[in-house]
Amino acid sequence: MHQLWLIPVFPLAGFAINGLIGRKSSKNVVNAIAVGSVLLSFLWVLKALSAMGLWGAGMPEEAHVERYFTWIQSGNLNIGFDLAVDRLSAVMLLVVTGIGLLIHIYATGYMAHEGGYYRFFAYLNLFMFFMLILVLAANYLILFIGWEGVGLCSYLLIGFYFDKKFAGDAGKKAFIVNRVGDFGYSLAMFLLVINFGSLDFGKVFEAAKAMPVDQGAGIFTAICLLFFVGAAGKSAQIPLYVWLPDAMAGPTPVSALIHAATMVTAGIYMIARSSALFVHAPIAMDVVAIVGLATAVMSATIGLVQNDIKKVYAYSTVSQLGYMFLALGSGAFAAGMFHVVTHAFFKALLFLGAGSVIHAVGGEQDLRKMGGLRTKIPITFLTIICAALAISGVPFTSGAASKDEILVAAYHHAPWMYWVGVVTAGMTAFYVFRSVFMAFFGKYRGSAHPHESPLVMTGPLMILAVLSLAGGFIPLPHFLEPMFPKLAEEAPEKWLEYTAVASGLIGISLAYLFYVASPKLADAASKNFNGLHKLLYHKYYVDEAYDATVVEPIVQGSRSVLWKGFDSGLIDGTVNGIGYRAMNIGGALRRLQSGNIRSYAGWVVLGSIAVILAMGLTGSIR
Amino acid sequence: MPPLPASVPLSWYLLLSAVLFSLGVAGFLFRKNIITVFMSIELMLNAVNLSFIAFSYHLKQVDGQIFSFFVMVVAAAEAAVGLGIILTVYKNRSTLEIDEINSMKN
Repeated sequence: MHQLWLIPVFPLAGFAINGLIGRKSSKNVVNAIAVGSVLLSFLWVLKALSAMGLWGAGMPEEAHVERYFTWIQSGNLNIGFDLAVDRLSAVMLLVVTGIGLLIHIYATGYMAHEGGYYRFFAYLNLFMFFMLILVLAANYLILFIGWEGVGLCSYLLIGFYFDKKFAGDAGKKAFIVNRVGDFGYSLAMFLLVINFGSLDFGKVFEAAKAMPVDQGAGIFTAICLLFFVGAAGKSAQIPLYVWLPDAMAGPTPVSALIHAATMVTAGIYMIARSSALFVHAPIAMDVVAIVGLATAVMSATIGLVQNDIKKVYAYSTVSQLGYMFLALGSGAFAAGMFHVVTHAFFKALLFLGAGSVIHAVGGEQDLRKMGGLRTKIPITFLTIICAALAISGVPFTSGAASKDEILVAAYHHAPWMYWVGVVTAGMTAFYVFRSVFMAFFGKYRGSAHPHESPLVMTGPLMILAVLSLAGGFIPLPHFLEPMFPKLAEEAPEKWLEYTAVASGLIGISLAYLFYVASPKLADAASKNFNGLHKLLYHKYYVDEAYDATVVEPIVQGSRSVLWKGFDSGLIDGTVNGIGYRAMNIGGALRRLQSGNIRSYAGWVVLGSIAVILAMGLTGSIR
Repeated sequence: MPPLPASVPLSWYLLLSAVLFSLGVAGFLFRKNIITVFMSIELMLNAVNLSFIAFSYHLKQVDGQIFSFFVMVVAAAEAAVGLGIILTVYKNRSTLEIDEINSMKN
C-alpha cells in the first residue's frame, strides 16, 4: 500500500480550510495552505512513485491498485472506490501535481491584487482534488467523478469574475457544452455495464483483450464513439470545442492550469486509458483521427488572425488537442500522451507568459496595443520565446520531439493526414510567433508603464522554459509503450521529420516577414483576402451558427412553447380554470341562498311538487 | 258504536286538507304581513291535523288523534312565542311588512 488516497486528499483539505476560514485569513496564510497542500501532494506522488521503482528498477507494467471500499453493489454490478497507479497515470500525476504546483505559486503573484483571493485558491485546490481523482481512478465511474468535478471547477473558475456578464456566460457555455459530452460518456458506461458487467479498468480491458480483434466490432465501435463524444466535450474537439476559447474569461492561471495543461487533456488521457477498447474499433479510431485533424486545422486557421493574446493561445490549445487526437486515432497512443506532457509544459508557459504580459501592461489583452515589450519585460520575453520555439517544433525542443512522433504516426496511418498536419504545424508556428512579434517587437503602442513581474511569477516561467526546451529528452514514449497495444513497426523515415521542421521554420519566417520586417505586408494581405480574413476573424461564424440553430430554437421554444404554452397555458390554465369554474358554479348557486325565508319556502314547495310529480310519473302513487 | 251515517269518503277529507294546506302555503309565500303569514302557518298545521284525524278515523286507529293533539300543543306554544316576537318586532320597527325586516341579511 502506498496510501494513494492521500494524494487527492491534500488539496481537498486545502480547499476545505481555505474555503471555510480563508475569508478571514491573511493572504500569506491562504498562500501557505493552497501551495502547501499541492506541494504535499506532489511530494507524496514522488514518494509513492519512487517506492514503485520509477527511478531505479523501472515501474512494473501492471497497475498498482488500492481498493478502499465497495461503493455501489447492485446485483452483479460491483463498483468499488478504487485508486490505481500505472505508468500512464504516473505520467499524468507528475504533470498535474508538478505543473499544478508551479501554477499555484505563479497565481500567488498574479492574483495578489484581485478580490476573492481565498475563493480563487479554494477553487483551484478543489480542481486539483478532482483532477487527481480522475487520474488515479481505477474504474470508469470514479474517473467520471473526477471528470464531472473538474468540469464544475472549470465552470466556477471561468465565471470567477462573476460581476462581469461575459464571464458568467462563458462559464455557463462551458458547463452546458460539457453536458453534451458527458451524455456520451454516460451512455458508454451503460454499454460497458451491459456488455462486460463491470466498469473496472482491469476487468473490462482483460475481457476486451481476450476477444479476437474482429469480434464484437459493432459494440466496441458504439462504446468508443460514445467515449469520444465525452472526450470531444472535455477536450474541446469539433463540434464541441466552442466553449474553450470563451473559457479565457477566467483568470490567466486558470487558463494555464485547467484550460491548457491538465483538464482539457482528460479526454486524451481517457481515450489512451481505453486503448484496449479502441483497437477493437477501427472505425472509431478513424473518426477520432479525422475529427482531431479537422479541429487542428480549423482552430489553427482561426488562431492566425485573432488579436486577443489569450484567444490566440486558446485556439492554439484546441489545435494542439486536435493533434493529440490525431495521434490517438492513428494508434500512436504513447505519442499522444507524450504530446500531452510537452504541451502541458509549453502551453502552460505560453499562458503564464501571456499572464505576465497582461500583468505588465495593466490588464490589456489586445496584441495591437502591445509591442516593444522585449526590453521592458526581458525574462517574460525569453521564456515565452522558449515556449514559442517548442510549440513551433524547432529541433531539440520538447514540442519537436512529440509533434514529430505524431506526424510520423499519422503518415503511417494515412499520408494525407501527415501533409495536413504539416501545413497545420506551419500555421501553428506562424500564429505563435505572430503573437510574440506583435507583443515584444516594434514600438510600444499602449499607454501603461510595463514592468517585469515579481519572482513568484517569473520563477515558474523559468522552470517551465527549461522543461519546454528539454522535455523532449524524457524517454516518455518508451516508458509508456508497454501500456498500449503494439503498433506495427515501421522504419522511421528521416524526411518526414525534416519536412515537419521545415514547415515550422517557414511559419516562423513568414511571421517575421509580416510582423517585424515589413508590417505593411500583413495589412495588405488582410485587405487582399478581405473575405477570408473576415471569415477567420469571426471564427467561421460557428458561434453564430450554433446560436441560430441550437441556442435560439431552444430559447424561443422554451419561451413560447414551454413557458407561454405549457406552463402558463396548460398548467396555469388548468389550475385557474378549475378556480374560475368553481367561482361560476358558486355564483349561480349563491342566488339560492337569498336569506329570504319565503324564497326557501318557495323552493321547498317546488321541490315537493317535483317529488310528487316524479312519484306520479313513476307510478309510486296508486 | 252505531254505524255512521252514510259516511263522507276519506278522499273528500284529504282533498279539503290539501286545499287548506295549499291556501296556507300560498298565504305564506305571497302575503306581506307577518300576522297573515303566521295565520297561514296555523292554517297549514290545521290542514295536516285534519288529514291525521281523517286517517285515524278511516283506519280505526287512535295514533292519528294523539298526533293531532301533539300538533295542537306545539301550535299553541308556537303561537305564544311567535306572537310575542311579532309584538316586539312591531314595537321596535313600527312595521309588520315582512320584506322590511331584513337587517340580518345585509
